[in-house]
Amino acid sequence: MKFMTRGEKIFNVFNYIFIGLVCLLCALPIIHILAVSFSSAQYVVGGRVSFWPMGFTIESYTFAFRSGRFMTAFWVSIQRVTLGLIVNMFLLVTTAYPLSKTTQEFSARNYYMAFFAITMIFGGGIIPFYILISDLGMLDSIWSLVIPGGLPVFSMIILMNFIRGLPKELEEAAMIDGAGYFSVLALIMLPVLKPALATVALFSFVHHWNEWLLGMLFMNDPSNFPLQTYLQVLLTNFSDLIRAMGPDFMQLVARMNERSGRAAQLFLGLIPILVIYPFLQKYFTKGLVIGSVKG
Amino acid sequence: MGSAMDAHLEAPVRKKKKERYFGGGGRIIKRFRKEWPLHLLVLPAFVVTLIFSYGPMYGLIMAFQDFHPVRGFHGSPWVGLEHFRWLFAQPAFVRTIYNTFFISIFKIIFSTFASILFALLLNEIRVAFCKRFFQTIVYIPHFISWIILAGVMQTILASDGILNSLIMGLGFDRVPFLSDPSVFPWTMIWSDVWKSFGFGTVVYLAAITSIDPQIYESAVVDGAGKFRQIISITIPTMGPIIVLMLTLNMGNVLNAGFDQIFNLYSPIVYSTGDIIDTYLFRLGIQGAQFSVGAAVGLMRAVVSAILMSISLFFAYKVANYKIF
Repeated sequence: MKFMTRGEKIFNVFNYIFIGLVCLLCALPIIHILAVSFSSAQYVVGGRVSFWPMGFTIESYTFAFRSGRFMTAFWVSIQRVTLGLIVNMFLLVTTAYPLSKTTQEFSARNYYMAFFAITMIFGGGIIPFYILISDLGMLDSIWSLVIPGGLPVFSMIILMNFIRGLPKELEEAAMIDGAGYFSVLALIMLPVLKPALATVALFSFVHHWNEWLLGMLFMNDPSNFPLQTYLQVLLTNFSDLIRAMGPDFMQLVARMNERSGRAAQLFLGLIPILVIYPFLQKYFTKGLVIGSVKG
Repeated sequence: MGSAMDAHLEAPVRKKKKERYFGGGGRIIKRFRKEWPLHLLVLPAFVVTLIFSYGPMYGLIMAFQDFHPVRGFHGSPWVGLEHFRWLFAQPAFVRTIYNTFFISIFKIIFSTFASILFALLLNEIRVAFCKRFFQTIVYIPHFISWIILAGVMQTILASDGILNSLIMGLGFDRVPFLSDPSVFPWTMIWSDVWKSFGFGTVVYLAAITSIDPQIYESAVVDGAGKFRQIISITIPTMGPIIVLMLTLNMGNVLNAGFDQIFNLYSPIVYSTGDIIDTYLFRLGIQGAQFSVGAAVGLMRAVVSAILMSISLFFAYKVANYKIF
């Protein structure tokens, strides 16, 4: 341990306290929601629940699991994330590999790059987008949430920069042995790309899980809503939703506060993110350093 | 005689041109024979991007039409700049431009400041485990959707929510965080700082750790204290990355946070909280005014593209930042 002056010691103590408080500030809202979700109605209304459940009850969770809407939306989101990941990974790999070539090897490389990069700077916006999806007859189809954003350009650039950082010999050796581009990509590239693929896969996962606006735009039938879209409606319109569920639920709702009912569903919607969070933390920062901070 | 000489002079040139033309063509075919697998690989993404990214760009022509979904792009009558004229006559629209810049600029300033400050303080934590633990916690909000956070905020900031209970317990008046036009923008700004400052430290921490420790050692020899080291070494070396991040953020200034504001605002706070994106959504999608909405979208996209190009140009000039 290095020698520390008195001033430095005092600073250190305050620094730990300050950072600790900031961390609390980041975590407490989530803990509060968890506490509210397990509390019974009379405590929630009075604003008396802080960070520990009062009048512990799991009524709100029973409600969430028994309400068909929540489970349907959860299932739609799982489908969306799965399909979205497959489409994204396929298009990312098939695009990043050719674009990682120099113009000597792939003469049209710069034209393609410009073609994709322009979409990062300019776009048509949601109204023409909505008209297009509607004209293509893709409304109320899960593909409308998966195909249009099939190639996340920023992730593609991260992956492309990663491939460019690999030693050239890797590919050249296989090429000399007579392998074509397809077999090089499938047999040589894919295995070494794993860490970079994990990074962009996590980007995709978080994007598809958290995205709500497209679900709201393209889904007319509420049973097609992905979870975040369902939650959005829940926030703006809880009582309508309950009424639509019929008298069975009225009884349950009577014992449960609206706010704790929401809190439980919000928390359930957060669980997938919390589950992959340890991986996120490992790969996100690494991936960002690999890809974007490249001069 | 003149013409004969010209012909004489021209003949070989023309021949050469011809040769080059066919030679070039041959080269293209030859190149394609070698490169076709690469073209084939890009093809799916090319088609998807052409349809779903360039398609809507073409669709923006409806900003100059009185678009009707049944008539389509070819049957709808042209109205020129009428929608744009109408928009600028709407005080509500002009106000959204001001609100967008106001909310966005304060978000950028405070987030950047908070991220830098927190990165500096975090860097002083020498115990690796603690540092990692703190990082883990402050990154979390970045990954939570604004839908969930909007729900959390509605619960916490409600008039009988936990924060107001606390404020009243301390003897102050309730703060109408989400229902007072003068408070609402600041609620948006500070909650966004809360969500984004932690993850924002990633870049600055990377910059700090890349500083050569020998520089600090020689500063200590010269008698510089901790505070002096931060002022004279750490902050100046971070200069380029700070400028870079500010420039990139300024290119994004029109994104004042649709997801956040749309899920937290209400008609009471439109005067200060309505931004271009929420206005566009209400008018164009909820109000089904497709053409007027597209006119807003077109202006937004053009201005945004200009700002982003400028910011990327400066980022390249200042920090040699190239994204591709």
